[in-house]
Amino acid sequence: MELAKKVVRRILFYVVIGFGTAFFALPVLWLLSAPFDDRPTYAVRPPREFTLGNFQEILDNRYAVGSLVNSTILSVGTMVVVVVAAALAAYALSRARVPGRDGLIYLLLLLSSVVTGTAAMVPIFLLIFQLGLIDSHFGVVLVLSGGLLPAAIFLLKDFIDTIPRSYEESARVFGASPLQILRHVVVPVARPGLATIAVWTIVQVWGSFLTPFILLRDPDKQPAAVLVRTFYTEGGSPNLGLIAAFSFLYSIPVVLMYLLAWSRYGFRFHGGIKS
Amino acid sequence: MPRADTTDAVGLGRSRAVGFVAPALLLIGFFLVFPGVWTLYIGATNFRLTGIAARSPDFVGLDNYRVALGDERFYHSLWLTLLFVFGSAVIGQNGLGFTLAWALRDTRKWLKRTLETLVLLAWILPSSVVAFLWVAMLDRDGGTINELLRTTPGVAWLVEYPLTSIIIFNIWRGTAFSMMLYSAALSSVPPSHLETARLAGASGSQTLRDVVLPYIRRYALTNTLLITLWTFNDFTPFLLTASDPDAEIVAIYIYNKALVAGEMGYSGAISLIVLLINLLLALVYLRVGRRGTR
Repeated sequence: MELAKKVVRRILFYVVIGFGTAFFALPVLWLLSAPFDDRPTYAVRPPREFTLGNFQEILDNRYAVGSLVNSTILSVGTMVVVVVAAALAAYALSRARVPGRDGLIYLLLLLSSVVTGTAAMVPIFLLIFQLGLIDSHFGVVLVLSGGLLPAAIFLLKDFIDTIPRSYEESARVFGASPLQILRHVVVPVARPGLATIAVWTIVQVWGSFLTPFILLRDPDKQPAAVLVRTFYTEGGSPNLGLIAAFSFLYSIPVVLMYLLAWSRYGFRFHGGIKS
Repeated sequence: MPRADTTDAVGLGRSRAVGFVAPALLLIGFFLVFPGVWTLYIGATNFRLTGIAARSPDFVGLDNYRVALGDERFYHSLWLTLLFVFGSAVIGQNGLGFTLAWALRDTRKWLKRTLETLVLLAWILPSSVVAFLWVAMLDRDGGTINELLRTTPGVAWLVEYPLTSIIIFNIWRGTAFSMMLYSAALSSVPPSHLETARLAGASGSQTLRDVVLPYIRRYALTNTLLITLWTFNDFTPFLLTASDPDAEIVAIYIYNKALVAGEMGYSGAISLIVLLINLLLALVYLRVGRRGTR
């Protein structure tokens, strides 16, 4: 009886593992094999004839390279805005006595998880429309920054709180201004925290679809996230070689950055915050 | 205030502190708080993207909400959203996430690592890429699922079972979070308790219920609230089923009403309803979270 139970449990274990592996691996395998297949199909299969020709298609496509540039502009632009604004705010909130600051931060965090995605689509679109910022990267950067800042400030303040103040006090004794202290004393010490926020912001923006999708209508302005969809929804039978190679190239930076972040900071890095 | 000086060791001063906080607060105020509040107003107008109402929208009070109450399509999308959230997040991601965390809790390291990486990969890849991976999986002619099941002629899964398709897609997409959370939660169960249960001859299900559950109950609640909130606001299904009426969850309904049909006022009203549901979920989450820290 005991033995039978043990056997059943063992079988159950392998079923769960086997099913789980297949379920999660199968779709991703396509992304690993199809880009190198000379005649890719929808089905997952090893490349029939290995080729790098599909990557040539990216260069031949009118929008592909430009969209990766656009993704970079949006990610880096948002990253700069978020890191600078969050660092300033987090530092001030950590060091100065601002009445009700914890309440304020929680309120902003709450707002950023409530006014998000679908719920914010209509007012965000109208706001950018009225400002005349449709089809402008700047508009997308502003909107994305507004949404990411509360979490960034929250994470950074936590980090800066752990930095002892003695460095800043001695710098002050030597007559440094607060901005100088921030730039030459706090920023070097807080570098790991700032890097975390920078990577986190880039990853969020690189993959974000909805905001650029509604705010950028001009295909020359659209980032890769929006262009991939155009590849398979618009006109005729989709060019699978192009989709596969482009998706592969577009996914690599995010995977690399996550791997980097994990090896350095562990899971806590993105725990709970994902838009 | 003398106390302000003693804590302000770095000499920031109140005015400079305000200056430091200002850029972030302005951005948040303008692109987060204002849109949230503005929804109240938009929902009370007949704002349209084109035509006369685009230039000078009229205030229509609660008319939009009255219309929404009698809008079959809105009810239908709410019902679909409920099924979607319940099926893919509350049951799917929760269940599969826990099952995987439980199965992997003390297996060989390489096995745990491999499976975890795969599950996480589904979570971190950009949404428009994973959406296409599933479009390919579920394709009628030559998709992997049809090849595996050897169905001839192939089944157009996305057309015939759109809701089931996006539910399975979202389970695949989001299980990582639940799995990581539960695996952290399970490591908080003292091994000695599990050992005692084993020695006392408790069965697997008894151990789960009486030893493990009390430890992870709070994590489970937190997890469920978070993934519910995320799934409820998720627009990614649009990338799979576009405007298919049988998978028109609220997220897609708002998009169709606002940006396709141009009825900004009406979709503003629907957005406000969504905002209030979000707010409710988030407040419950905060309450639960706060109780946990004390």
